[in-house]
Amino acid sequence: MTSDTANAAVSERNTGGASAHPAPLLEVRDLHVRLGGSHILQGASFDVPARGVTALLGRNGVGKTTTLRAILGIVPRTGTVSFDAQPLESVPTFRIILRGIGYVPEDRDVFAGLTVAENLALAERHGVPPRYDLVFDLFPDLRTRRRQLAGTLSGGQQQMLSIARALLNPARLLLIDEPTKGLSPRLVTETVEALARAAADVPVLLVEQNLAAVHRLADHAVVMTGGRVVHAGPAADLLGDAVLTRRLLGVSA
Amino acid sequence: MSTIVLLAITGIGLGGLYFLVAAGLALIFGLMRVLNFAHGAFLLLGGYFAWLVGAYLAGGAATVSNLQFLAMLFVATLTGAVIGTLTELVLIRPLYRREIAQVLVTVGLTLVIGALVIGVWGADPKTFPVPAWVHRTTHVLGANVPNSRFLLIGAALAVLGALQLFLRRTRYGLIVRAGVENRTMVTAMGIDVRRAFTLVFALGGAVAGLGGALAGVNFGAVSPGLGTALLIDAFIVVVIGGLGSITGAALAALAVGLLQQFANYYIVGVGDLSIVLLLVLVLLVRPRGVLGSAT
Repeated sequence: MTSDTANAAVSERNTGGASAHPAPLLEVRDLHVRLGGSHILQGASFDVPARGVTALLGRNGVGKTTTLRAILGIVPRTGTVSFDAQPLESVPTFRIILRGIGYVPEDRDVFAGLTVAENLALAERHGVPPRYDLVFDLFPDLRTRRRQLAGTLSGGQQQMLSIARALLNPARLLLIDEPTKGLSPRLVTETVEALARAAADVPVLLVEQNLAAVHRLADHAVVMTGGRVVHAGPAADLLGDAVLTRRLLGVSA
Repeated sequence: MSTIVLLAITGIGLGGLYFLVAAGLALIFGLMRVLNFAHGAFLLLGGYFAWLVGAYLAGGAATVSNLQFLAMLFVATLTGAVIGTLTELVLIRPLYRREIAQVLVTVGLTLVIGALVIGVWGADPKTFPVPAWVHRTTHVLGANVPNSRFLLIGAALAVLGALQLFLRRTRYGLIVRAGVENRTMVTAMGIDVRRAFTLVFALGGAVAGLGGALAGVNFGAVSPGLGTALLIDAFIVVVIGGLGSITGAALAALAVGLLQQFANYYIVGVGDLSIVLLLVLVLLVRPRGVLGSAT
C-alpha cells in the first residue's frame, strides 16, 4: 500500500461510519508543512477521538513534532485542522490554546529564568480558577520548589513543570510531545503514571518513542512515515502485531 | 580628588542618560528581536515637545518653575509613549514575522522624523529651559558638581526601579520576561504576545521620551542630531549589557558613561574610541553581553 492510499484509507476509516463512532475531537486533513526548503509534512491526515490517548508514532524525523506544532499554528501549514468541528486554519496560536488545548512541547521549554511559581502563574487565565490542587497533587515536588528557578530544576522536574503548566487550566485536549525523552527509568515510570492519571479525564494526542509508555497509555495509534500517516487504528492491534510494529516503527514491541 | 569626584558623578549621570535610551531598546529587542532604529526619533520628539512646552511656559525666560519642569518631563514621556505605541501598531504589527522589514521601517521612520524636526523647527539647537536649581552646583568631596548630573542619576534610578517593579510584580512584566526567553512558548500558553509587543514599545518610547528631555537638560539644548548621537551609544550599551536585560543595560550604561568621561579627561577625544574598544573586548570575551541570555 502506498502512503497516499494509506492516508486515504486512514481518513476513510476514521471518518466513515460516523453513525457507529462519535465524531472525532480533532480532525487533521492533508496537512502540509514546508520549512527551510524541506517538505516535512506531506499531506498527513488522521483523527483524534474524543476519548483516550492517541499515540502519534514513527521513526525519528518523520514529522511527529512538526504535526503537533502545525496543529497549533506554530509553524506555517496548509491543509485543514478542525477542533470540535471548528476550523483552526486562520486562528492564531494563542486562541487555539484558549479553545481548550493544552500543549507540552518537546524539550519541556520551561522558562529557565522564571521560578516554578512564575512558570505556573503565566499559565493562569482571567476568569478560570487555576487547578493548583490538581497539579500539586500530581507533582508534589513542584510545591516545595515553588521559589526555585526553573532553569535549575533537573530534567525530570522540568518535565513535570511543563506538564503541570498544561494541566493548570481545564483542557479538552492535551498535545504532549515526548514526555519521557531523556528521563531516567524511574522518572519515566513516574511521568507515565502522572500522565495516565491526567489522561483519565481528558483526551491526549501523545508523541512518544518509548514503546513501554505507549503500551501503558495509548488506546489508539497513528503511525507516520515520511511526513504522511501510514497506519491508524487501536493501539493494541499495532503493538500486538510484532511484524507490523517492526515494519512501521523499526523496533520490537 | 575633586576632579575624580566630578568626573565620576558626571560619568554616572551620563550613564543614566544612556540607560534611559538603552532600557527601551533592550526590552524591545529582547522580546521582539527588532533592532529599533526609531528609538532615537522617540527621544528626539520627546526632547522637542518638552522644549515646546517649556518655551511656552517660560514665556521667553531661561528658567521654569519646578512644576513647569515636571510638566515638561511629563509631556516628553507621554510623547515618547504615544509615538512608540503608534509605531508598533501602524508600522511594526503589519510586518509581524518579517523582522528585517521591521528593522528597515524603523530606519525609515528615523529619517522621516529627523527631516520633519528640521523642517518644522530648523537645524539650530534650541536652548532648553530648566529650573534655576539645575544650573547651580552642589559641593561634594571638594568638587562642585552641577545639579543636572544628580537629576540624571535620580531619573535613571527611578526608571530602573519602576521597570524592575513592572517586570517583577505585574502580569505583563512576567509575560515580557518569559517572552524574552521564548516567545513561541508564551503564545503556546494561550497568551496574546502582541499586546506585550505594543506595551514594550509604549514603555520603551516613554522612557526614551523622558531621556530626550533629560538630554536637553544635560546638553543645555535640543538639536536635530540628538537622537542619532545617543542612539549609537545606547546600542553599544545594550550589546555590552546583554540584549534583553534591563539590569545588564543599567550596569553597561554606568560603565560606558564612566569610561567615556575618564578617557576623555585624560586623553582628549578618546572617549568614543574607548567605549568601542570596551564593546570589542566584551564581544570577544562574552559575546552575549554581560547579563545576556544564551539564546
